[in-house]
Formats: sequence, C-alpha cells, structure tokens
Amino acid sequence: MDKLNSALPGPNDIHREVLPNGITVITRSNFNSPSVVVSGYFDSGSLSDPDEKLGLADFVTSALMRGTKRRSFDKIYNELESVGASLGFNSGVHKSGFHGRSLAEDLPLLLTLLSESLTQPAFQKTEVEKLRAQLLTGLAIRAQDTSDMASMVFDEILFNGHPYSRPEDGHPETVKKITRDDLVRFHREHYGPRGLVIAIVGAVKAEEAVRQVKRALGGWQVKGQKDANQLPDVKLLKKTISKTHRISGKSQSDLVIGTNGPKRKDPEFMSATLGNNILGQFGMMGRIGDVVREKSGLAYYAYSSLSAGIGPGSWEVSAGVNPQNVKKASDLIVTELTRFAQDGVTADELADSKANFIGRLPLSLESNGGVANALLNIERHDLGLDYYRRYPDLVNEVTPEEVLNTARKFIDPNKLAIAVAGP
Amino acid sequence: MKNLLTQTILSNGLKVLLKEVHTAPIISSWLWYRVGSRDEVQGQTGISHWVEHMQFKGTPQFPANILDKVISREGGSWNAFTYMDWTAYFETMPADKIDIALRLESDRMINSRFDSNEVASERTVIISEREGNENEPLFLLGEAIQQSAFRVHPYHHEVIGDMADLRTMTRDDLYNHYRAFYVPNNAIMAVAGDFDTNTMLARIKELFESIPTGNEPARLAREEPAQKGEVRLSVEGPGATSYVQVCYRFPSASHPDFFPLSVLDSLLAGPSNLNMFSGGISNKTSRLYRALVDKELAVSAHGGAQATIDPFLYTVSMTVHPKRKPEETLAALDKEIQRVKEEKVSKEEITRAIKQARALFAYGSENITNQGFWMGYAEMFANYEWFQTYLDKLSKVTVKDVQRVANEYFKPQSRVVGTYMPLNGKA
Repeated sequence: MDKLNSALPGPNDIHREVLPNGITVITRSNFNSPSVVVSGYFDSGSLSDPDEKLGLADFVTSALMRGTKRRSFDKIYNELESVGASLGFNSGVHKSGFHGRSLAEDLPLLLTLLSESLTQPAFQKTEVEKLRAQLLTGLAIRAQDTSDMASMVFDEILFNGHPYSRPEDGHPETVKKITRDDLVRFHREHYGPRGLVIAIVGAVKAEEAVRQVKRALGGWQVKGQKDANQLPDVKLLKKTISKTHRISGKSQSDLVIGTNGPKRKDPEFMSATLGNNILGQFGMMGRIGDVVREKSGLAYYAYSSLSAGIGPGSWEVSAGVNPQNVKKASDLIVTELTRFAQDGVTADELADSKANFIGRLPLSLESNGGVANALLNIERHDLGLDYYRRYPDLVNEVTPEEVLNTARKFIDPNKLAIAVAGP
Repeated sequence: MKNLLTQTILSNGLKVLLKEVHTAPIISSWLWYRVGSRDEVQGQTGISHWVEHMQFKGTPQFPANILDKVISREGGSWNAFTYMDWTAYFETMPADKIDIALRLESDRMINSRFDSNEVASERTVIISEREGNENEPLFLLGEAIQQSAFRVHPYHHEVIGDMADLRTMTRDDLYNHYRAFYVPNNAIMAVAGDFDTNTMLARIKELFESIPTGNEPARLAREEPAQKGEVRLSVEGPGATSYVQVCYRFPSASHPDFFPLSVLDSLLAGPSNLNMFSGGISNKTSRLYRALVDKELAVSAHGGAQATIDPFLYTVSMTVHPKRKPEETLAALDKEIQRVKEEKVSKEEITRAIKQARALFAYGSENITNQGFWMGYAEMFANYEWFQTYLDKLSKVTVKDVQRVANEYFKPQSRVVGTYMPLNGKA
C-alpha cells in the first residue's frame, strides 16, 4: 500500500459494530487534532409527510433540541456552546441526519445531548410556536430567493406528483397546520434505534467511541417503529416543459434545466458522475461554464450537478443570469446537453476527470467531517469498507463509450424540465 | 509530531512562510497580495476583484483553456478571494503534484495577458455576479451602511465595485493595477503540508526569485474623520421580511483592544470564526439570542468583526420577527448594549469565550488548507505571531477590559443603523 492509499479509510482502520438494539456505529480515529465529529442518519423524512402537513418531518427534527424531558432549550445549548461544541439536526426525503463536533474531551456530553434529543424531546408548546415563527420566516425568505424557487419549480415539473416533487420544508400553509400532537405522534411512530447509524471520527479510540455510544443510546428500545413509506416509481417526462416563477424587483434570474439521473446504486452511477464532471464541473465548471460563462460572459455561475440517492435523483444545470439573457443562456445549455447526449466525451476529457476524481480524494477526506461523510456514504449505499481504497480502480474502469451510453440513457434533449425564477 | 515553521524574505522582497505538517499527503500553497478595495479610487471601484478574475485568463505559458484545467487534472482544489485589504490565491494539491501550482503562481505574478476579448467577456460575468448580490436584501443594506460609515476612507465601497465603474473600466486600467500591485515585494507566499522545508524553499527561490522587485505600491492614505452623531438609513426592496443592521466602529486587528472586543463579541453574539474553512458554532445562548430571538423580537441575531488593516466596523445583523417592528428590535438590542456598558460581565463568561475559541482553533487545525490560510492571512493585518499568540492574548482579557472596550467602542454617536424595509409586493 503506498502512502496515498494508506491515508484513505479502509478495513484496517475503520471499526464497524452493530449494537444489540440495531444501532450501527462506525468509527475511525484521528489524533492529529484534539477534536471529534459525531455524524449520522436515521429513518425519518418527508416521504412520510401527508400533503396537507408537508414539512412535518422537518419540523420534528428542528424541534428535537428545543427542550427535552430533562433539559430546557437554553440548558441544552448552554452546555454545548460553553465548550465550543455544536450539534444540529436536518431532514431530507428519506432520512434525517445530525452533525456535531466538539473537543475530544467533550464527546460524552455531545453523545448525551444527541441521545436526549433523539429519545426524549419535550415538544413544549411555547417552543413549538417560537420555532414555527422562525420556520415561516425561513419560508418567506425562500419565496424571495431566485435560486431556491427555480429549484423548487424544477422539482415540481420533473417529479410531478411524486414525493420528490415536494420541498422538505413544506409550504407556509402546511407548516401552519402542523400541531404539537402531530410532532409527538410523528416522533413516536418513526423514531427508534433501527436504522440509526452513528459515525464518530477524531481523537478517540474505536472501543472507547463504541462504549460511549452504548452508554448513551444502547438502552433505547422502541416497539412498533414504523417502516418508511414505499417510494413510488418516477414517471419520465414525455416532452420538454418550461415554467417561469415571477419574483418582482430582483436583478437576476435563476435557471435550472435538466432531467432524471440515476440512483446511487445503479451501475451507471460512476459513468454518470464522471460525465457530469466533464459536462458542468471540471476546471471552471466544465463545458457548461466554458460556453455560458467563459465564452459568452452571460453568468457568474453556470454548472451541472447530479443528485443520486436512494431513488433516482435529478441531473440538472443551474445558472444565474440577467433577466434579459434567460433565453440565450437556456438555448446554449440545451445545445450543450444535446451535444453531450449525442457525442459523449473525448478520451482526453475523460482522462482529465478521472485524474481529478482520484487526485482530489485525499483532500475530501482530510477533516474529521470529511471522513465521517465518507463512512456514512459507505454505510448508506453498502459500498464496502474498502470502497475508498478501490475507488481509483472503479474510476479508471469507466470508458468513453460507457459515458456516452449513460448520457443517452438519461438525457433526452427533447424531454427536459426548464424552470426559471426571477423578475 | 513537529510542525517546523520557517520564515524568510527572498532577495526580491517576497516573504515566504513554510510549515511542515505530515498528517496527510497534501500541500496547500497560498499567495497573498496586499491589494484590495482599500486601494481603489472612485471610477475604479471593483478593480482588484476584476484583476483577480483576469488572473484565471491565462499567460503565454498557461493559456486560459489550459490554465483552468491543470490544477483540476491533478486533483487539486483551488480558488481566489478578493477582500478589502488583500487578494489571495490558493491551491491545495496531492503533495507530489504541488509543483504545477508553484509554477502557475510564479508565472501569473508577472505574465498574465489581460487579453481585451477576455476583459470584455469577464466584464459581463462580473456584472452578473453583482446582479446576483443585488438579489440579496442584506447585500443592499450592507452596501448602503458601508458607504455611510466611510465617506473618506476607501472602505466606503463594496469589494465587487459600483456598477458604473464595472461598465466603464478599461483593459489598460486593469493591467496597470495588476502591474502596480502584483510585485514580489507586495506579496507573501505561505505553504503548509507534507514537504521538506529545504527542498520547498529551494524550489520557491528557483521559480520566484528572478521576478524583479517592483516599486513599493502607493497607498491611499485617507483617514476617516470621526463620526459626529448617529446615522440612520433605510433601504427598500422586494420581500416580506425586515432586517436591521447596526454597525459600530472597531479598531484594526493589530490594535490591543481587538482581543477584549473578541471576548465581548463572543458573549454578546456567539464566537465569530475568522477562519474561512471550518465554520462556527451556534449562538443560541449568547446574550443577543436570549434577549432578541428567545423573546421573539428577532428571528435571528448575529454579530461579527472583521480583521482589517484600518479601523472597520462591528456589525450586528437582525432578522426582525414578523410580529415586530424594526424599532422594537433595535430597542431590545440597545438594552443589551447598555447592559455590557453598565454592568461587569462575569468571569465565567470570559472563561467560556476562551474555551470556545480553543475549540474553534482545534477544528481549524484539522485541515492543511486552513493552516496555510492562517499563515498568510495573519500577515495581512498583523503577523503570524498574532495568530500563534491569539489564545494567550484572549486568556489575559479581564472583566475590566471588557467593560472598558464596551464603553469605548459602543458609542451611539458613532454608529450607523440601517433598516431593510420590505415592499411586500408593492413596487
């Protein structure tokens, strides 16, 4: 094993253990800095939200730390902030997650507060109302954000009627309808040790990390923890659909153009990721950046992204342009997508992106947070503990033909979702 | 584990700081120039930022279409930043690939082309960047406050520059600015990571030492006169949410009062992280959160100072609670400001601020990019020792110091209060 390879996480330095109550603990030590990261996810997300109370799962995660049966909101944060630690929860469609960090000496405190927030939230009425006002203000700000609104309209077009079409943080009218009882019930039915994964990375030995998780959460048992709703199939677009959302008084419009992408576990994932890098990321935002920004000077940012998760995500191009240039930029982007799907990529372009993927790996795994993300990625998608050591080979196996086939399979330039938000 | 630090100045005036860190096979190289919006005159606002963009547009040796790929191809991460006082370029690379970054930086210190077609297309890119900023209420408000706070000193304009100047500056304006400020004696090179110091220094000398020393760049020396009375302003724009920003005058980062003020900031608004790559922590038990957010006068409240060469501002930003008026939120802030002036803070609060700073430092030292960042960054407004002794200086802050600086710097007659008034659909 060379020096570069041994710096990557692998079976010899990752410890993984499943506790009797179903919690998976995955750890890697790093004693270069006296700090530690605790990060993880569990089965709870907007997939379980009723349409009329969309934002419920998100509301629950936002309320977890606003008081538990043992500690008030102020006490929880006082203990965390007094030692320079942080802990927070977030919510997605399938999973909810948490992320915290502290000095290694404060790991027991971090895990105690994680445990209390997960298992004994109080959902006190006054705190719920304070939080609701904050969430509603957040939605009012979102309604003014051209980038957020273009993404939201894009998801509505692309995933019409599917759970992926819905914003996880809901709408003002749905958030207003959520009651304290809804929060309590959602927590009782969906929260539990099954499906909970905790990664701990930093200045702590593996056995000590596991011992501490056992102390904090080993005794958690929940009868009748609900399974997540089944994810329906995504219906593909039959033709290009464009929608414009007006936000008056703004100086710039945001534009999102794209289609469906692969799932994380699809065999095309790696070729799609490499293809996407060439399309709209490599160097100064790939081919898209070259055409829209460098050659035409139309935008400060213009790039493509791929969101492959448990279900089929989107493959999209985003750009922020002057309202008068929306059509021009949109045409250029569609032309690039067409070229990409027709002709694929050159061997040189692919070689550059492969080198980029392999070379940048140690950088993404430099901090404790980076390693924790990698461990959770391995766990969520069954990649194997040796995934990051095999990664260079997986990247190098991809051929230009595979990229072309993948581009053709997913991108049909006549069936795109085009969303614009601006004045 | 030893972290060797070496400081030296090459014969052409380029200062070099090297720190060996062998935790991962990574090297981060930073090149800092002492040039930013502080060096810009009216008619050329935004020129330093635009020059930074042009540094990605190629030299004869690294033409534009090559240059933007060389670093990425080797798995590097790179970017550049323009600020009021400085412009910085960095590349973080696999250790065995750092040479290409060093070659690129030495080349574009002197050989950038500033092709007029590239200038033309970048003009609209930067105008687009500014239009994106103008979409944000807090950008509009911040810009109005800054120009009210600084009538004379060049801190009066945003780094991005005024639209009028972005439309009219010429290729030669940009090139002259580049030639005047991108000289080795106006730059600092800071490299951290997995290398041998002697080898690294030899290579840097080989690549950089032949670049001739330039004239010492001329500085604008326009000191801001004392403000005589509170300034209040408002900005109107789209949306449904009001914001209030209150700015007090703060000393430069090299001033001894910067440390008690950092403690004061920490207990008022939560610890600010000056570090650009490792984020902060929540501020839900800061005095302002408890008095403003928890009491439902604001939906969020944040405060922060910036480390600058000349005196700048301490800014408190508040998102007004939908059920409240901006004046009510401001009145609640004033009560808290009055409290730190009249009552001594507790020793525990100071101890807490120091522990918070210690934790933030530990998070920052997890990554090499950040270690490279700090060496050059601290040199921009003080020196590396400022960073190395930061925690010691914080720990010497007393209860008395905090009260003294609160009274000295939180003066109503030298503050600017700005309100963003949403039009709520009324245009």
